[in-house]
Amino acid sequence: MSYSAGSHVTPVTEGKGEPSSMTTNAKSNSIRDAAAQSPEAYEDEHVHSVYESIAGHFSSTRYKPWPFIASFLRERVAAGSVGLDVGCGNGKYLGVREGGDVHMIGSDRSPSLVGIARGRGFDVAVADGLALPFRPGCADFVLCIAVIHHLSTRERRVDALRKLLACVRGDGQVLVYVWALEQSSSRRGWDVDSEQDQLVPWVMKANQNKKDKESGGNEGVDTTYERFYHLYREGELEDDMRAAGGRVLESGYERDNWWVIGGHSEKS
Amino acid sequence: MKVLSLNFLTCAVKTCKTQSDSYPLHPKDAELVQDDIELNEAFLINLLPRIDWKALSTTATELGFPALPSTPPTPEDLRADAKTLRDLHNLLLETQMVEGKLVCASCGHEYAVREGIANFLLPSHLV
Ligand SMILES: [Zn+2]
Repeated sequence: MSYSAGSHVTPVTEGKGEPSSMTTNAKSNSIRDAAAQSPEAYEDEHVHSVYESIAGHFSSTRYKPWPFIASFLRERVAAGSVGLDVGCGNGKYLGVREGGDVHMIGSDRSPSLVGIARGRGFDVAVADGLALPFRPGCADFVLCIAVIHHLSTRERRVDALRKLLACVRGDGQVLVYVWALEQSSSRRGWDVDSEQDQLVPWVMKANQNKKDKESGGNEGVDTTYERFYHLYREGELEDDMRAAGGRVLESGYERDNWWVIGGHSEKS
Repeated sequence: MKVLSLNFLTCAVKTCKTQSDSYPLHPKDAELVQDDIELNEAFLINLLPRIDWKALSTTATELGFPALPSTPPTPEDLRADAKTLRDLHNLLLETQMVEGKLVCASCGHEYAVREGIANFLLPSHLV
């Protein structure tokens, strides 16, 4: 990726009190450097432990399926199919297909979110996206929604896509959603000139902390958690899918996200 | 976790993916519960080709179910034989493993199952 340090200003993230002398570029480079040193440890701190802490609050804000994903599940999946949802979170996609004619299994890195999904009656497991426990070629389709952008190096993002592809059979489909860099109309305001590697705050209000006290929030004060995101540029997700050995069957943009449907390349 | 799902799970250790004895995982100290789920004949018939029958036979025996026939039933078998259909429905969809362990015969790792959730996170030396 060739985009270099520019002189633009990215939106100021809420209330983190960082020194004003620190430039956006220095900050983003420090994110990249820190992540590159030990991606696993970095993601533990800036992804996994955050989701554990915010699981209850996060889940309460995640109930509406993206329209395209819902239509994929309702209209494009054949009866009798077996599907996986890698990074299933609270399980919001596991019940979209009604009628009991498709079997879905969800997995997520966060035990708290998996617990919520299980409480809704779904078949779910705790698993890392880079060490999935699924029989190779077993699934008709795999969903992976808002997950890959939490991996902090390109190598790991491509590897994650490779592992999703390994789960589906010859004509299987892998539907992936990632956050887009191009979202000038969102409240974050990022656009083509913004840094792609970002720490994005999740603010847990004092009253939410109270509800989530067991998960580590401090009662009575707002707590800000920062999650790592790699914001995808137009075309990048398709490139990564091909780098993972997959074929791009379809791709598009929906409300601040890039999506792709990948499959095995014809040769394999 | 339904017995059906167990048929799609294998060891998460990378080097086990190419080892044939890493699949299926073997239930140990398994606690089962039975749900009451409406039987859907068309769904079961459509599912059949997605199921690894040999692995299912192993799992069924290890969970204490009667031995399955050595070859999977055909769609015609299922349409003609209400008992076979009923038994398969019960095994795959109504039986859940809620506690115990799933053991990989290749690396020996034991994955805990608690409250119906299997945990496949690996200790760092196995990643
Ligand atoms: Zn193993």
